[in-house]
Amino acid sequence: MAYGELRAVDGVSFEVAEGEFFGILGPNGAGKTTTLEMIEGLRKPDAGNIRVLGESPWPRNASLLPRIGVQLQASSFFERLTAREQIHTFASLYGVTAARGDEWLEQVGLVDKADTRVEDLSGGQTQRLSIACALVHDPELVFLDEPTAALDPQARRNLWDLLSGISRAGRTVVLTTHYMDEAEALCDRVAIMDHGRILELDTPAALVDRLDAPVRVIETRGTLEDVFLGLTGRAYRA
Amino acid sequence: MNAFTSMSVAILRGFLRDKASVFFALVFPLMFLVLFGGLLGDQSESRVNLVQVGEVALFDDMPGPAREAFEDTFEVEKSDDLGAAIAQVENGDADVAVEMRDGEVVAHYTQTDQTKAAITQGALRAFVDGANVAATGGPPTYTLTTERVEDDSLSTIQFVTPGLLGWAVAMSAAFGAAATLQGWRQSKRLRRLQLAPVTTRTVVAARVAVTIGIALVQMAIFVGLGAAAFGLQLTGSWWASVPLLVVGTLCFMAVGLFAGATTRTVEGAVNMANFLVLPMAFLGGSFFPLDAAPGWLQAFSKVLPLYWLNEGMLDVLVRGDGPAAVLVPMVVLAGFAAVLTLLAARLFRWETK
Repeated sequence: MAYGELRAVDGVSFEVAEGEFFGILGPNGAGKTTTLEMIEGLRKPDAGNIRVLGESPWPRNASLLPRIGVQLQASSFFERLTAREQIHTFASLYGVTAARGDEWLEQVGLVDKADTRVEDLSGGQTQRLSIACALVHDPELVFLDEPTAALDPQARRNLWDLLSGISRAGRTVVLTTHYMDEAEALCDRVAIMDHGRILELDTPAALVDRLDAPVRVIETRGTLEDVFLGLTGRAYRA
Repeated sequence: MNAFTSMSVAILRGFLRDKASVFFALVFPLMFLVLFGGLLGDQSESRVNLVQVGEVALFDDMPGPAREAFEDTFEVEKSDDLGAAIAQVENGDADVAVEMRDGEVVAHYTQTDQTKAAITQGALRAFVDGANVAATGGPPTYTLTTERVEDDSLSTIQFVTPGLLGWAVAMSAAFGAAATLQGWRQSKRLRRLQLAPVTTRTVVAARVAVTIGIALVQMAIFVGLGAAAFGLQLTGSWWASVPLLVVGTLCFMAVGLFAGATTRTVEGAVNMANFLVLPMAFLGGSFFPLDAAPGWLQAFSKVLPLYWLNEGMLDVLVRGDGPAAVLVPMVVLAGFAAVLTLLAARLFRWETK
């Protein structure tokens, strides 16, 4: 996949097993989002072959769409709707009942924000709503593009719990992130990308084991983030 | 709710909750209607303010019928100070000061308002002549009777309502489509909808349905207010303006799509739509008739879609033409809609870079 001279994604190959939590890691501009957009069927790869749940996502494959859930990087909400109106609209686009929307609102902890307009939600609330909208039709496969970007530690940890829960419920999850701790905590396997290529692909533990360089081991009692969360609590902040 | 209904409801809610959109679609054009209908509506000349200085036998001894006619034309104020009366005329508080000088009626007036000056002179001369004839005791040799002929030109409200309505519909359709295309592209909502199992047709149909609904509400408000407050009278085939308005809405949504496709931000798209629609409103005859415009401008106006919308609306709403009068405008507008939509589709880019 190339944008003019720039090859955004170049010779990327990987397979994700059913029920797996798969992470695509990489710095900004590594080609994560473009890779995801090709898999979702938003872009046509210049070369190569993509199968999603056994089907080709390009050209737009209407039979595949109800089986996948997508959360895009930008908040793709309808303007000036409340959280409840938002998820009800998505529920009806996917042909599921409004009640299912309400259930998801509860699952992501947004019941008391149900009547708040999306413009007035905080970053974490927006991300949770957008994940709820991606899951409202109970898809088999979920794509999440940097869901924890720009969140505070509370929102991030709570979102991790939510994502683990989604995965435990038997769904396949593909996630992009540039946070290593996030990938380590959530992903069964990760692909590390840069300049449009996959550099490594394995379980987080195996990748760390393979690390040949001398490593300075700090006592693994916990991280500064654990201290921070211990002091400030894990409840969602606005 | 099915996908079409819920999309339409979502879009309509978004519109109604956006005060700026509602203002520019409904309130702003109505302000023009009130302005044009209210201020320019009463074009009949008001009475001439006449200051009578001292005794003027011509006025004071006027017989009954002549006095009635006189008071229709003049609003008389009496004064004893000639200097003050002339000063009043000079600074525009009165139109004419009249004094009697040895059997001669002397009128002091200014040329600032030439129409009033002409009326004043003509009327005063007529009354002097009438008094002279009466003074001879004989019947007048000639008499003049005037009869008013109904003219084809429209009164102000009859002209401005269809034009301003066309402009209002054009503006909200173009702005709406331009802002939607850019806003939805930038927020990735278009991408997100691509990934939901709804067809493009459903999404477009919902957006179009909401815009047409808004246009029909605009029409109801315009015609309702025009009729209730300013004496607008619709002619027989006014209903033919409804299909015309629908095609006009589609055409200006296409203008908006074009504006959205050639720009990179929401603000840019709305500015571009404004840049296309506002000059068109002037040159296409939304604000004033083009009858007095130079020939080249009249010819040029015919390449503007808004001209055709205005003409069709005028024909069926107030000129009393039959429903066939909207056919040509509808075909022209549909043609513009098709060409502009194709152009927009060719020029639209997902990426900003």
